[in-house]
Amino acid sequence: MKAAVSRTVDALEQVILGKPQELRLALACLLAQGHLLIEDVPGVGKTTLALALARVLGLEFQRIQFTADLLPADVLGVSVFESGSNAFRFHPGPIFAQVILADEINRASPKTQSALLEAMEERQVSIEGKTRPLPAPFFVIATQNPLSQLGVFSLPESQLDRFLMCLSMGYPPPAAERALLAQTDRRSLLAELPCVLDAAQVQSLQAGVREVTARPALLDYILALVQATREHAGLRHGVSPRAGLALKRAAQAWAFLMGRPGVLPEDVQAVFPAVMDHRLLPAHAALHAPPSARDLLAAVAIP
Amino acid sequence: MTVTTADVLPRALLLRLIGLLVLVLAPHALRVPVWESALVAVAIGWRLAHLQRGVPLPGRVIKTLLTIAAFAGVYVTYGRVNGQHPGTALLVLMAALKLLEMRSQRDVRVMVALLYFLVFTHFLFSQEIWTVAWLLVTVVGVTGLLVEVNTRAATGDAAGRAWRQHWRLGGVIVAQALPLMVVLFLLFPRIPGPLWGLPADAGSSRSGVPDSMSPGDIAELILNEAIAFRVRFEGEPPGQRQLYWRGPVFERYDGRRWDAYPQNGPARAPSLQTLGEPVALEMMLESTRGFSLFGLEMSDPAALPAGSRLDENGQLLALRRITERRLLRQQAWPRYRLDARALPRWHRQRTLQLPVNSAPRTRALVQQWRAETPDDAALIQRALAHFRQHPFRYTLRPPRLGPQPVDEFLFTTQAGFCEHYASSFVVMMRAAGLPARVVIGYQGGARSPVGDDWVIRQSDAHAWAEVWLAGEGWRRVDPTAAVSPDRIEQGLRGAFDTARGELPAFLRRDGSTLWAMSRARWDFLNAQWNRWFLAYGPELQQAFLSRLGVRGWTQMLLWLTGLITALLLLVAAWLLWRGRPAPPADAASRSWRRLQRAAARQVDARPGEAPTAWCQRLADRQPHLRAQLDAARTAYQALRYGPESAQTEAQQQQLDRAVRGLIKALRRRRPPPAG
Repeated sequence: MKAAVSRTVDALEQVILGKPQELRLALACLLAQGHLLIEDVPGVGKTTLALALARVLGLEFQRIQFTADLLPADVLGVSVFESGSNAFRFHPGPIFAQVILADEINRASPKTQSALLEAMEERQVSIEGKTRPLPAPFFVIATQNPLSQLGVFSLPESQLDRFLMCLSMGYPPPAAERALLAQTDRRSLLAELPCVLDAAQVQSLQAGVREVTARPALLDYILALVQATREHAGLRHGVSPRAGLALKRAAQAWAFLMGRPGVLPEDVQAVFPAVMDHRLLPAHAALHAPPSARDLLAAVAIP
Repeated sequence: MTVTTADVLPRALLLRLIGLLVLVLAPHALRVPVWESALVAVAIGWRLAHLQRGVPLPGRVIKTLLTIAAFAGVYVTYGRVNGQHPGTALLVLMAALKLLEMRSQRDVRVMVALLYFLVFTHFLFSQEIWTVAWLLVTVVGVTGLLVEVNTRAATGDAAGRAWRQHWRLGGVIVAQALPLMVVLFLLFPRIPGPLWGLPADAGSSRSGVPDSMSPGDIAELILNEAIAFRVRFEGEPPGQRQLYWRGPVFERYDGRRWDAYPQNGPARAPSLQTLGEPVALEMMLESTRGFSLFGLEMSDPAALPAGSRLDENGQLLALRRITERRLLRQQAWPRYRLDARALPRWHRQRTLQLPVNSAPRTRALVQQWRAETPDDAALIQRALAHFRQHPFRYTLRPPRLGPQPVDEFLFTTQAGFCEHYASSFVVMMRAAGLPARVVIGYQGGARSPVGDDWVIRQSDAHAWAEVWLAGEGWRRVDPTAAVSPDRIEQGLRGAFDTARGELPAFLRRDGSTLWAMSRARWDFLNAQWNRWFLAYGPELQQAFLSRLGVRGWTQMLLWLTGLITALLLLVAAWLLWRGRPAPPADAASRSWRRLQRAAARQVDARPGEAPTAWCQRLADRQPHLRAQLDAARTAYQALRYGPESAQTEAQQQQLDRAVRGLIKALRRRRPPPAG
C-alpha cells in the first residue's frame, strides 16, 4: 500500500514540476473522497494536474468547460428519442466519469453550477425521475479564475463549503520552470505516464484513509481550531461542523500519504490552510483584520 | 455610501438607552423647574413615537429652535447659563434633545458619556444613601449599555447576546472597580472647601438660623423638620434644660429687627471663666453655608474643634464657610462666666441702646419697676413674673404686630413664641438700664430611639436673652421658659399641649408607631452614613492617615499610587495564574512538557507549534541532540497520537529515557566535543 502511494507521487512529480505540496494536497483530497477547487490564473497547470491524476490512478477523465450558456443537461446528460428502437435513450453527460475537471465553474449560471454541486454531494444524478449513480471513485476538480470577474456568478459561500480543499497553484519555482521549458513535448509526456493504480485500488486506498487513527488529543486540537474561528472577532461566522469533519478527513488522508498510522497535529496543520481558507468569512475589515489560516494555527495552542 | 449594519441603531438598544436616561434624570425632576421636565418629556416622547409609530424626527429648524428655547429658558430661570443649577439644567436638556438626533453607534457612545456625567451631577445636590444606591444601579446600567454598544460594534451585530449578559458584565466591571474606589476614597487628597470651587450660587440655598431676627423668622424654621446637626455625648448628657446650642449674638436693635454689629478691629478672645465639669461631645453638622457651628454653651477656648474659633461673644465659628457636612469634637462647660470682670464702656452702650421712640409703654412700665426694685436680679425675676402672671401664650401663629411690636406684644396680643419673648425681654432689660442682648441658636434636641445620638432639627431653633450682671457676667435668661416651661423641658412638642392643629405634622405623629420607629431607624442609618463617609473631609483624612503613619500630601500620593499599582499587579497576577496551562493528564504529555521546560532557554515553545517544528528548531541550535530528539519525538507522537497498542508501556519508558538524557544534555553548558 505504502509503495503504491509513493509510486503514485513519484509519477505525478515527473509531470507537475516544483509543486510537491500542492500535488500531495490534491492527492490527499482525492483519497479523502473530497472535491478540489483550484483558484488560479490560466496556464499554471490545473488541467495537467487533473489529467495526470486521472492517468496515474487509472481513472476515466472528462473535462467540462463552463460557459454562461451551459445548461444542466449539458453536464448531466439527456434522453433522446431514437426512432430505431422507438424509445427514449439516455445519453449520459460528461459528469459520468471518475475524474472531472470543471473549468471556470464560475462562468456558468447558478442553475448549472448547482446541478454539478448536487451531483458532487450526492454522488448520484436524478434525471427524469430516474436516479443514476455516478461512477466510483468520483472526484471533481473545479477551477475558478480570480482575475476576470466580469459576467461571472461567484460561488456562494454555502457552495464553497462543498469543496474539501481550495488550492492555489501559483507559479512554479524558477528551476522547475526552466526544466519545463527544456522539455520537448508535454503532450507525449502525459501520454507516456505509467498507470500505477486502478479504480479498485484507489477505492481501497480511500478505505485505508478512514482507518487512520485520530486520538482524542487530536480531536481536541481540531475542536480548538474550529472554536478559534468562531471566537475570532475578525471573522463574521465560525466554520460549520462540516468544516471540522472535513479537516479531520483531510488530516487523515495527509497522515495516510505520509505513511503514519495516526494523525499528528502536524498533519492537521499541513492541510488546515487548504481546508479552511475558503471557509473563513472576514467580518468588517475596517475594524479587525481578518486572520489567515496561518494566523489561526499560530495562535491556537496544541492541547 | 452604503449603510452597514454598524450604522443602524437596533430598537431594543434605543429603548434601553431611553429607559436609562429616564432612570438617570428622574431625581433631577425634583430639582429642575417644571417647564424643563416637560421639555425633557416631550423629547423622550418624540423619540419613542418615532420608534413605535414612525413619527418623523424633527428637522434642523425645529431642533435649532428647541435648543435656543432650552438656553433661553435656563437663562430666564436662573439669570445665567453656568453654575451648578443652570449648568445641570442645561445638561439635562441637552441630553434629552440629543435623543432627537441619534442616528449612529457613535451617537450612542456620546450618550453613554453624557449619562455618566449626568450621574455625577447628582452628587452636586445630594450625597444621601439613596442617591448613592440609585446611582450605583444606574452606573451598572450605563456600563452595561456601553458593553452592549461595543460588543455590537465588534461582532457586527451578529452576536445577539441578551442585554442581561451585558448588564451582568457591566455589574462585574463596576464590582471590580470597588477596591479601587475604596483606595481612592481613603487616599485621594481631600480638597478643603467645596469640590472644584463650586460656583457662588452653591450658597444660594442657605439654611438654618438667620443672620438677623425679625418677627416671624424663627417660626418659619420651626416648621422645618430638616436635621440641623446630630450629637453624640461622651459620657452622661447634660439635662434638657442645659442644651443651649449657641449661635449668633444680636446686640443691635432698630425697633423691629435684631442683628449683630459688624466686627471691626481684630477679633478678641472671650473673657471666659469655666466652672464645674466639662462635657465632651461629637457633632455632625449639616452643611449650612454659614459660619456658625452652634457649639453647646459654652465652648472651651482651650480645646476648640479643628478649623474653628471662638468669638468674643462666645459663638463658635468655622474659619471657612460650611459647605459640606462636618464632624467636629467639642468640649463644653455648662457652667461658665462670660465677661464677668467688667463690661467695656462701648460694649455697655451697645447693649443698652434702644431706638428713641420705640416701646414707650414698655419703658414706662419698666421704669416704674426699676424705681420699686433697685436690685438687678430681682428686676429680672419681676420681668419674668410679668410673663407668668399675665395671660401670655405660646403660639406659632401670633397676630401681626404693628409699628411698636414690643408694646403691642406685651400689652395687646400677648401671644407669640420664643423670638417675641426674647426680643421684648431684652427691650425691657435695656429700658431698665441693664445691658442685655438676644442670642439665637437651638435649644434641646431629641434623643434618637435607635442608637444614642441626639438629633437637633431646624424646628429646635430658639431665641433667648442674656443679661449682664456685675460680678456674674452674662446670665442666660430664657423668658420663653417662664411662659411655656414645657418648651424647654420637653422640646417643641411640649409647648403645644392642646391640639390646636398648629403643630407641624411631623411633630404630631405619635412616637411609638411603626412609622416613627422606621423613620428613626432611617435617621440612624443616615447618621452612620454621614459619620463614616460624608464627614471624611480634609481634617478627618489627615487624622485618619496620620494614625496609620501616612503624613503629608506627598506620602498620601505615594501611598495612593503604590496601592493602585499593587491592586493592578494583583489582578494581573490573578489573570496570569488563571490562564496558566493546566497540567496535562497523561504521562506522555507530562514528559514532553518537562522536556520543553528544560529547553525553554534554548527555544521557547510557541503556542501553535507542533512537536516536529519545535524539535527542528531545537536541533538547529543543538545539532548533536538531533538523534535523541527524534527518538523522543517519535515515542511521544506514537504515545499521544498513534493507534493504541500493547507497547504503550515500553514506549513510555523509551520516551522517559530519551527525555532524561536530553534534559541532562541540555543542562550541560557546552556541547560535548565532536567525535
